Amino acid sequence: MNFDALFGNLAQHTVDGLSKGAIYALVALGYTLVYGVLRLINFAHSEIFMVGTFAILGTWSLLGITDTPSIGMAIVYLLIGLLVGAAASGATALTVERVAYRRLRRMNAPPLIFLITAIGVSLVLVEIYALWMAGFFSGRGFSENRLVIGIPAMLKQETVISVAGANITNVQIIMVVSALVMLYGLDQFINRTRYGRGVRAVAQNPDTAALMGVHQDRVIMLVFVLGGLMAGAAALLWNMRYGITKFDIGFVIGLKAFTAAVLGGIGNLRGALLGGLLLGVIEVYAATLTRSTWEDVAAFVVLVVVLIFRPTGLLGESLGKARA
Amino acid sequence: MTEALRQFNERRRHALGGMADRWRALPRWQRWLGVLAGLAFLYYLPFLGDIPGTNLIIPGLDWFRTDSIAGGSNWAGVLFVCALYVLVAIGLNVVIGLAGLLDLGYVGFYAVGAYSVALFGSTQSPVVQSMQRQFGLSEEWAVAWAVCIPIALAFSLVAGVLLGWPTLRLRGDYLAIVTLGFGEIIRIVAKNSGWAGQAQGVAGIPGPEGPPSADNTVFGLLKIEPWYWLALTVVLLMVLLVRRLEHSRVGRSWLAIREDEDAAAVMGVYPFKFKLWAFAIGAALGGLSGLLFASRSTFIQPETFNVQLSILFVAMVVVGGSGNMAGVALGAFLLAYLPERFRDFSEYRVLAFGLALVLIMLLRPQGLLPSRRRTRELQDRAKEAAVNVA
Repeated sequence: MNFDALFGNLAQHTVDGLSKGAIYALVALGYTLVYGVLRLINFAHSEIFMVGTFAILGTWSLLGITDTPSIGMAIVYLLIGLLVGAAASGATALTVERVAYRRLRRMNAPPLIFLITAIGVSLVLVEIYALWMAGFFSGRGFSENRLVIGIPAMLKQETVISVAGANITNVQIIMVVSALVMLYGLDQFINRTRYGRGVRAVAQNPDTAALMGVHQDRVIMLVFVLGGLMAGAAALLWNMRYGITKFDIGFVIGLKAFTAAVLGGIGNLRGALLGGLLLGVIEVYAATLTRSTWEDVAAFVVLVVVLIFRPTGLLGESLGKARA
Repeated sequence: MTEALRQFNERRRHALGGMADRWRALPRWQRWLGVLAGLAFLYYLPFLGDIPGTNLIIPGLDWFRTDSIAGGSNWAGVLFVCALYVLVAIGLNVVIGLAGLLDLGYVGFYAVGAYSVALFGSTQSPVVQSMQRQFGLSEEWAVAWAVCIPIALAFSLVAGVLLGWPTLRLRGDYLAIVTLGFGEIIRIVAKNSGWAGQAQGVAGIPGPEGPPSADNTVFGLLKIEPWYWLALTVVLLMVLLVRRLEHSRVGRSWLAIREDEDAAAVMGVYPFKFKLWAFAIGAALGGLSGLLFASRSTFIQPETFNVQLSILFVAMVVVGGSGNMAGVALGAFLLAYLPERFRDFSEYRVLAFGLALVLIMLLRPQGLLPSRRRTRELQDRAKEAAVNVA
């Protein structure tokens, strides 16, 4: 245990962890929304994130962008990336719901069946990208590409503020702030608007909601699209921060994001944010304390411990219940 | 379309149900004969198409062998893997199919079994080497293979209980993610710990004839048929054992818990105890399978035991028909055999696997060979849904 390394630069590690956690949090929102309404783990959600990273990469290379354009253009490109990523991920999520889940919902199939279907969908998406789309989006035509693909950097990552010995880069600020903004927007949407009321109603009791005139299928489609939008935004942040993507990139992120959702209380939007940020920080701390290879173990051990003492996660499950 | 499908299903169910009823109506000696013929066929499988002892071949059967295509894998080797997966599926079926617990980290137990025999049985393992130094033993000393079996069983059983004790109180979905995490932890610990051989893994794992060497006559490196027969025998024994368990008090308790945990508890079935039992027994079977795998390959490394393998295991059970032992055995066989047989399409193998999973679940959610009880349960649920919508 290397405590000197951790406490010598605690602020820096915390900042790194928070920015890492921002991506987990945004992806976790997708799991949490779908789980809150349908009580089902959408295992294919990780691939929806992956689709977003590739769609953004494809658009950027179509526009012929090289590394670090001027600030004005970078903002335009980032906005375009956000739109494209959100649209691609949202559309994929909607397709997955329509093709894979709707029939099972009609049959009222047990969760296990959904799970296996989702795993199947996830494999299909991954392979479609490995065999054709990854090559296409990286400008090599429809060909097999199972390699790591670089993404042009929009912003030069440089330190803009130093607080308590922590050097915070511009990208890190953007990541954490945009995660907070997206969550605030989503929270307001779910709690303040007509559509959001429909979502909460279906989450509480689907049958009663249907009797009150809430169109169930439409709500479920909405939930999948919202999750997809958040995953698309996460994909943009990922591209900015790490500058690479790969056909199987979704798997690990998805696993972490789901862990984050459970940690915060699955079905709870604020829980997803808390869980995501917390998980990011825990991972960075654990990696500093031991070796980076142990960070996954730390994440899961924390999850198990939290679940044992607080089986509904830190903030409890409550898409419909608590703030109805 | 759906109507035609329904009618087709109906007709097929009648045909299959009729077959099962006719089978049950046969005199006992004929049924025994049928079972014996089936067993003989299973033991004959590695020679499929040949008549042993002669040069004659049976035309047509050759097509099914995986070495009939260019670059195909050794047929007996594929059969051995099939048998291992059937063993895994039977163990996982106890957990998922009978007790209704979703375990996504089953590969962890498989790994515990494999590592038990590797760390205690191989002269090259760090554990054995430190024991040699500690007790001043010769460099050839290692725990005998036969002793490794109970060690592996005990370790995987304990792993099952250790995982189950804190987590079985959790609801289904949480259990899934916690078990998934457990599988990953086992892999990462093996990868990062010096005593487990780290990323290089452990080599020189013994088999029934001792450490791997060219002198082994029966369980050698090249001739795989005996390994298949060994695995098949273990599978058959375990089928008998689990079948007895399924029809016992314990088995009925598992079904009751699967159907409705609260109702079962009210009736005096203590859910936690029986869930723990299911976990432990499933874990032991997974460990046994991992032990056979490690012995046959003489060499293991942590990357083999990844989450994807866990998912494949769950898919075998669900596709085959969870709850029915014949079903899960079929599922395991198909998922191990088909990718090997159709290696020509290896590029699209995973894609086809994913598509098949989706299609099977959409069109036949109860699995290929479901248990009767399970089918009825799904029909019930569909009816409930119809009432709710109307």
